[in-house]
Amino acid sequence: MNAIEIRNVGKSYGKIRALSGISLDVEEGEIFGLIGPDGAGKTTLFRILTTLLLADEGEASVMGFDVKKDYESIRKIIGYMPGRFSLYQDLSVEENLEFFATVFGTTVKENYGVIKDIYSQIEPFKDRRAGALSGGMKQKLALSCALVHKPSVLFLDEPTTGVDAVSRKDFWNMLSRIKASGVTVFVSTPYMDEASLCDRVALMMHGRTIDEGTPAQIVAKYPYRLLSVKGKPMYPLLKYLRGSEGVLNCFSFGSVHHLAIDGSRTDAGKILSGISEAGFTDCEVHEIDPGIEDCFMNLAGQSADNGKFMSDDGKRD
Amino acid sequence: MENAIEIHGLTKKFGNFTAVDNISFTVRTGEIFGFLGANGAGKTTAMRILCGLSIPTAGGGTVAGFDIVREPEKIKKHIGYMSQKFSLYPDLKVWENIRLFGGIYGLSGKEISDKTAAILSRLGMEDVRDAFVASLPLGWKQKLSFSIAMIHDPRIVFLDEPTGGVDPETRRRFWELIYEATSGGVTVFVTTHYMDEAEYCDRVSVMVDGRIEALDSPDALKRRYGVNDMDAVFRVLAGRAVREE
Amino acid sequence: MKEFLAFVRKEFQHILRDKRTMLIVLILPVVQMILFGFAVRTEIENARVDIVGDLSDPEVRKIVDRIDNNRYLEVAEVLPSPNCITSRFEKNKADVAVCFGMDFGTHLRKEGRGSVKIIGDGSDPNSAQMIVNYVMGVLRSEQTEISSSLSGQDAVQTAPSVQLMYNPAMKSAYNFVPGVMGLIMMVICSMMTSVSIVREKESGTMELLLVSPVKPLWIIVSKVLPYLFVSTVNFATILLLSRYVMGVPMRGSLLLLSVVAVLFVFTSLSLGLLISVVASTQKSALLLSGMGLMMPTVLLSGIIFPCENMPGILQCLSHLIPAKWFIIMVKKIMIQGAGFPYIIKEFCILAGMTAFLLTLSVKKFRIRL
Repeated sequence: MNAIEIRNVGKSYGKIRALSGISLDVEEGEIFGLIGPDGAGKTTLFRILTTLLLADEGEASVMGFDVKKDYESIRKIIGYMPGRFSLYQDLSVEENLEFFATVFGTTVKENYGVIKDIYSQIEPFKDRRAGALSGGMKQKLALSCALVHKPSVLFLDEPTTGVDAVSRKDFWNMLSRIKASGVTVFVSTPYMDEASLCDRVALMMHGRTIDEGTPAQIVAKYPYRLLSVKGKPMYPLLKYLRGSEGVLNCFSFGSVHHLAIDGSRTDAGKILSGISEAGFTDCEVHEIDPGIEDCFMNLAGQSADNGKFMSDDGKRD
Repeated sequence: MENAIEIHGLTKKFGNFTAVDNISFTVRTGEIFGFLGANGAGKTTAMRILCGLSIPTAGGGTVAGFDIVREPEKIKKHIGYMSQKFSLYPDLKVWENIRLFGGIYGLSGKEISDKTAAILSRLGMEDVRDAFVASLPLGWKQKLSFSIAMIHDPRIVFLDEPTGGVDPETRRRFWELIYEATSGGVTVFVTTHYMDEAEYCDRVSVMVDGRIEALDSPDALKRRYGVNDMDAVFRVLAGRAVREE
Repeated sequence: MKEFLAFVRKEFQHILRDKRTMLIVLILPVVQMILFGFAVRTEIENARVDIVGDLSDPEVRKIVDRIDNNRYLEVAEVLPSPNCITSRFEKNKADVAVCFGMDFGTHLRKEGRGSVKIIGDGSDPNSAQMIVNYVMGVLRSEQTEISSSLSGQDAVQTAPSVQLMYNPAMKSAYNFVPGVMGLIMMVICSMMTSVSIVREKESGTMELLLVSPVKPLWIIVSKVLPYLFVSTVNFATILLLSRYVMGVPMRGSLLLLSVVAVLFVFTSLSLGLLISVVASTQKSALLLSGMGLMMPTVLLSGIIFPCENMPGILQCLSHLIPAKWFIIMVKKIMIQGAGFPYIIKEFCILAGMTAFLLTLSVKKFRIRL
């Protein structure tokens, strides 16, 4: 049995089409990443799966329970961490945790083993009000609260948005330990670089999935040859490259530009000589393997016309 | 040439908590200056002082040539500010937003209509002139709010996480907009959580526990810490943090 | 059951930690009582009456004597001409002037009508109205005497108006104590419950609660309990203040009054729940309960304007205001000392309303977003 099955799910808010034709399978015990920018429909899909919203069409189930009919059963076996910090700011760390444990009919003591790894990091502050915690500690508390009843499936909606690079790494380390304990993790993120930390991912844009599979599978489908180009000054180089023969598209990736090329018309050598002749200095060109972000941009570019006027995510009620 | 920002010994305390601890730096005119730091390192506090929204406990400096302690009102007139959190009024139309901010910065009616035409044509948004901002895709909103932050031709523009949550292509297009602005001589002061964006800056500072732990060009920083990308630089530096927010 | 207790504990922690709101909620009734009790006095004492007329006329003299003997009125001065009235009002030397026509007594005896003009100081319309009413009352009683002394002929117009039935001796405290009680309970229960539920919606914690296996009914009941407790405290405060500070009697049974109060608390709580279903932000919940509940309650329940004096359509509307029935019951119990048989009609109406609202709000409480 799959932990989550989604069949052709669609949802609209008035005239705005938030989701259409989503079909996904999430296997038990994996970390499945839903990757896409704001407005892609990630939160809406999360709310449908956590039984907070009803889909307009299609069907979905979590651990074999239908999200519509069996919502009460689903609510017993899932853990959910919404996008923004949603705990009681005026209760202390310990009070929050105990409250959520009781709500799910268990006690902190009984399941201490499940949350020990994370909770022990904030336990020294257990008498502090949740509102007075730092961002990283709030996140750990929220995760502890979502885990305290030993859920079978853990839903994390953009847990790392707005979190600095170091804390993000910490958080993913925690997730892989949670996964190791047998929990299925369904997580969304706008950061493309986090895709490689998931077992499988679905890329989302404008309410549709534009690709899914293991990160390796997605990368393998990239249709063009990709060059990494360096040279000074960078911005004029970008403009120059876009006008070059055989260049399909060009975007900057940190300190280099990624250049998708038509292999029959140009290659690394031609590009290098071209930019050197044009007067750019410190030039370096070599062929590279694409990353998830390259793939996303390529796929999103193809479906871009479909949803030009799609508005923000379903983050309204 | 005069520096866009000169800060010396800047300190801000809240009670016995030192949010910003004796920082000094300069930002040169026309450069893109990346202001990085972990959550709670004091970035926001420092940025509020630079924008004239908060008075430092000690230290001082100038922004756009105006004193941050004595002339915060003048600073506000000569800088642009764009944040992901507050940018535009969703229930106003595109042109109404432009007119509003033009009015706020004291542009004349003629200037406003010229600017409106210029902004709309540069962004290719003439067709959505009468659309409500709420109905625009996020990427368009961001470009529009950047252009509006620049409506009064400020010498410095402060961008607070301008690209959060945007899709990868729009994020890059946005940076191209920034490059174009700097080629016109504007100084850009930007914060971000995307470390690849740190590479786009001329110089980068990394704040840790209220102090500036490192300040240099991305290449120099990578060499100094012997790593390949800014992500690693950041992790080395931010890993030194001892305090919680 | 353990889940439920955890909820109740959490709610108490919320309200006990929000010290500022708690303080307002506990002090509000005291302030309201003092405000209504001392600042907004609706009784008149020693209104100053100026007289313009011929004091040598025995009829005029008789009336002036009556005015002067009235507990609430006193004759200030006899003016030579109506022209002086304005300056007397401006200097705040008089509150009302009574002008008798020429040959007042003769006209009255011969034609059954004498012309009298009563001029009130309209700068304070409410008290002016009341003072004028007192003076008219004095005049009418005089007229009645005259007409009966005339040979059986009812030539004098003496249609008593409703206002005359207003008991001039009625202490306003008798009127406002039940009113304030109704108002406070309404505010605390509906506003506070709706805001506390909507706050969870706003902060996103409602999402978490809905995703948990907890029954929505528990969430509702646990929200309601702390405010039930707070209202009890308020109820006691108001009762003590009214008894020992305002001197309002407590003639009926305290137990019966408490039962009625609890019923009304439930009415207000269910209204609060209904609001929380409709509203999605704390602001709109506040506005809804403020404008949507408070205003009609203040205006239509009879706290300020007696329902009997309202135009027909407003009277009909006032029947829909739960506070109206509560206030009637409280008045009957506290002031008239009535027992349960005398309030059975009102009690049933209120109970019916409550049952309807409670069912509706629990039904409407959504199990999803």
